[in-house]
Amino acid sequence: MLTYILRRLGAGLLLLAVVTMVTFAIFYVVPRWAGRTTEQLATMYVGRAPTPEAIQATIERLGLDQPIAVQFGEFVRGIFFGAQYRFGGETIECAAPCFGYSFQTYQEVFPEVLARLPVTGSLALGAGVIWLVGGIAVGVISAVWKGSLFDRLAMAVALAGVSLPIFFTGLLALAFLVHSWGLFGTPGYVPFTQDPFGWVQGLLLPWLTLAFLHAAMYARQTRAGMLEALSEDYIRTARAKGLSESKVVLKHALRPTLTPIVTIFGLDLGLVLGGAVLTEQVFSLNGIGRYAVQAITQSDLPVILGVTLFGAFFIVICNLIVDLVYPLIDPRVRVHG
Amino acid sequence: MSESDPAATVVRVDDLRVTFPTMDGEVRAVDGLSFEVPAGGGLGIVGESGSGKSVTSLALMGLHRGTRAEITGGIEVVGNDVVAASDKRLRRMRGNDIAMVFQDPMQSLHPQYTIGNQLIEALRVHRSQVSRSKARERAIESLERVGIPEPAKRINSYPHEFSGGMRQRVLIAMGLMCDPKVLLADEPTTALDVTVQAQILDLLDELRRDLDMGLILVSHDLAVVAGSVDEVVVMRHGRAVERGDVRHVLSEPEHPYTQALLDAVPRVEVSRAQRRARDRADRKERKNGEKQSRTAREEVEGPPKGATAFPAFSSAAEGAGKGEPLLRVSDLSQSFKVRGGLWGRSSDFWAVKGVSFELRWGETLGIVGESGSGKSTVSRMIMRLLEPTAGTVEFQGRDITHLPERRMRPLRKQIQMVFQNPYSSLNPRLTIGESIGTALRVQGERDGKKIRGQVQDLLERVGLEPNHYNRFPHAFSGGQRQRIAIARALILKPKLIICDEPVSALDVSTQDQVLRLLSELQDDFGLTYIFVAHDLAVVRQVSDRVAVMRKGEVVEMGDSDAVYENPRSDYTQQLLTAAPVLDPDEARRLRAERVRQRAAG
Repeated sequence: MLTYILRRLGAGLLLLAVVTMVTFAIFYVVPRWAGRTTEQLATMYVGRAPTPEAIQATIERLGLDQPIAVQFGEFVRGIFFGAQYRFGGETIECAAPCFGYSFQTYQEVFPEVLARLPVTGSLALGAGVIWLVGGIAVGVISAVWKGSLFDRLAMAVALAGVSLPIFFTGLLALAFLVHSWGLFGTPGYVPFTQDPFGWVQGLLLPWLTLAFLHAAMYARQTRAGMLEALSEDYIRTARAKGLSESKVVLKHALRPTLTPIVTIFGLDLGLVLGGAVLTEQVFSLNGIGRYAVQAITQSDLPVILGVTLFGAFFIVICNLIVDLVYPLIDPRVRVHG
Repeated sequence: MSESDPAATVVRVDDLRVTFPTMDGEVRAVDGLSFEVPAGGGLGIVGESGSGKSVTSLALMGLHRGTRAEITGGIEVVGNDVVAASDKRLRRMRGNDIAMVFQDPMQSLHPQYTIGNQLIEALRVHRSQVSRSKARERAIESLERVGIPEPAKRINSYPHEFSGGMRQRVLIAMGLMCDPKVLLADEPTTALDVTVQAQILDLLDELRRDLDMGLILVSHDLAVVAGSVDEVVVMRHGRAVERGDVRHVLSEPEHPYTQALLDAVPRVEVSRAQRRARDRADRKERKNGEKQSRTAREEVEGPPKGATAFPAFSSAAEGAGKGEPLLRVSDLSQSFKVRGGLWGRSSDFWAVKGVSFELRWGETLGIVGESGSGKSTVSRMIMRLLEPTAGTVEFQGRDITHLPERRMRPLRKQIQMVFQNPYSSLNPRLTIGESIGTALRVQGERDGKKIRGQVQDLLERVGLEPNHYNRFPHAFSGGQRQRIAIARALILKPKLIICDEPVSALDVSTQDQVLRLLSELQDDFGLTYIFVAHDLAVVRQVSDRVAVMRKGEVVEMGDSDAVYENPRSDYTQQLLTAAPVLDPDEARRLRAERVRQRAAG
């Protein structure tokens, strides 16, 4: 068991290092392949009305003329020990986990991401719970009443859920549920610590919209898994013991179905934690996703790089958690530890 | 039926009919079946696949509900009317009045719960007033009863941590949790080794006597039920063709089907020579009959067109003059690295250790052993599908142990293999003609017409139709598929065919036909066989010499009659007393013998 944990942890760390390298390469090496000169790269950092002198100064300050390996080394050093930028005669401190500094907003990337984390986190976790519970429940009922009206209806809705993008469902929900019928309050973020009720009220619609997309997938997956599990021999054994149907379904058939679902849940949650871009944009929630969108429209390279790394970090972490939880769900994994 | 005392009857089935509606009309899986089991009595239900025996056992448990099966007739189990009772009443009956032990214990236990959890659940569903700790005690008791060592520790283990035989015991222990009046065991030993099979059957017999529990034993094998039941029902196509006292049915069968079934069961006391004589006599008779019908047909239609028989070859004749054996295996060993322990330290596991033998031209060497004995590993090493860790393989006097693949390829056509599972060893997307013909193509034959002609001749030779050429494997039964596999091995006119459990997945009557085919082909083509199997009776009947393997080593080897009649090693003796026999009295004697052996050792 210990080896298993250590090996998983090691693999997770390695993966993060590789992700950092690849992301860095995408932002600093690929543009050069595409023909961007060092000057053009530097222009993105300078901000408004760049003068040739300012550009040259930026190149020197950021070390853009250095070899890529050195630039990468500097970047990694910044994460662990912090970095310093000289700008217009003054020195800017970027404290220890320094994931870059935006010369357009004059802010360090890391604190900005941290500040937006509660918004994205609330959105992701709330929606995650809803889609997990909702999707599994619908999938189980569909499988048990296979071919029934409920099953066919649920699977049709699920198909719609998978196919319809958030900017469609989200805007429809805003238009009708909020503005026309007034069933929901205007979406927005209130910290949980300030006003738990307001927190739920403001996020309920975004949660439901985001959950709808994912729940659909989970319902289909659960249904398929349940149907497979229900045809297993051990289900027949369970019935032969005289167990009630609900116990057969909820104890014996559901558990093996959950195993693959936990895996994809880890991936999906990590993805959403890294920024639910569309949902945050549609409902004007100031989360990490929206921060990324703003950065992209302004070509704010350090912010894009930082946010990407952050997203990758969440996916790696969530997968690591899944890997560690897995042996608890499926005892057969333990032997190979 | 009316003469028996109703209070003493625990299971009564009366004119049971089970039908499944399908697109092509109704399929009658069970058609007018009647039997009863007295309290503490033992009934065997025997039939081949498709006879309706499993449908019957599911119906007894009321497990047909929720499927599309339609039931008429009467089923009464310990006072419950299974056909008419409410679902709730049936649930109260299941596990409490009648418990079922299923085939294939790996699939039948939930892989994600400990066996303790599953046992306790079986008790508490019917006795909710029993506390968890009391239920746990009871589960440990039950595990001890069925012979699980250290039950207090093992109760927290998961099914995958047990061997096949132990899992079957766990399933039986689960059945015993509520002291049922009847235990229904559906093929409880099919997936198990002979010695383990004997242990499980002994256990069931012992439990039946000690707990005064009725036992219904469902099996495809008459020899399995012979020593364990009082009465037997032989089923075919959903009907009971014969029913009566087990001694009577097995010694003086009235129905021709029972007779045929009994004839097909391989008996460990029948020698190779006896079997050969019988097969040859049968063949002669059949040929004469065929000749007559053919001449009659030819008079009308003229001689068959373009029928060129599969070219005759005889490998034994070729080797007759040579003094050396066809194959010599010396000190063959195979080890695998096994990872284990806290830090994943690996250690060597010897699957095969120092196996040596010589194989003469035209003979059959039987390799018999239980699972894990290394018998399949040996055959894979001879085929060079596995690289031996040590030792040498000499084929026709030439060392092929480390021959590079390029030089090995021409030799490959001389050593062919027939695998165990005819369902998974044929590519489902190739027609059988392509499957068989590929070997010729691989060996350099380019003429498509010639390939087709040869394959079709061969199909006929192994008892199939030439027009089967374009069909896919799923259109064939298990026995037919094994014939296809044999044709595939034969197409290259090999000298040596290694048969790895070629009949263990087949029904007894099909098994008999395939064995006959193998022996005919040996006669015609002078083939040399290595016949690997776990079934002692089958091995005896096909082998000139036998090697008994255990834990990677050959414990005994010699002429098959000598080994079977005067076994020198304890292990061979143990295997022989464990082999199921058809004579009920002999079976009981062997059981007593086993009990004595166990008590002594």
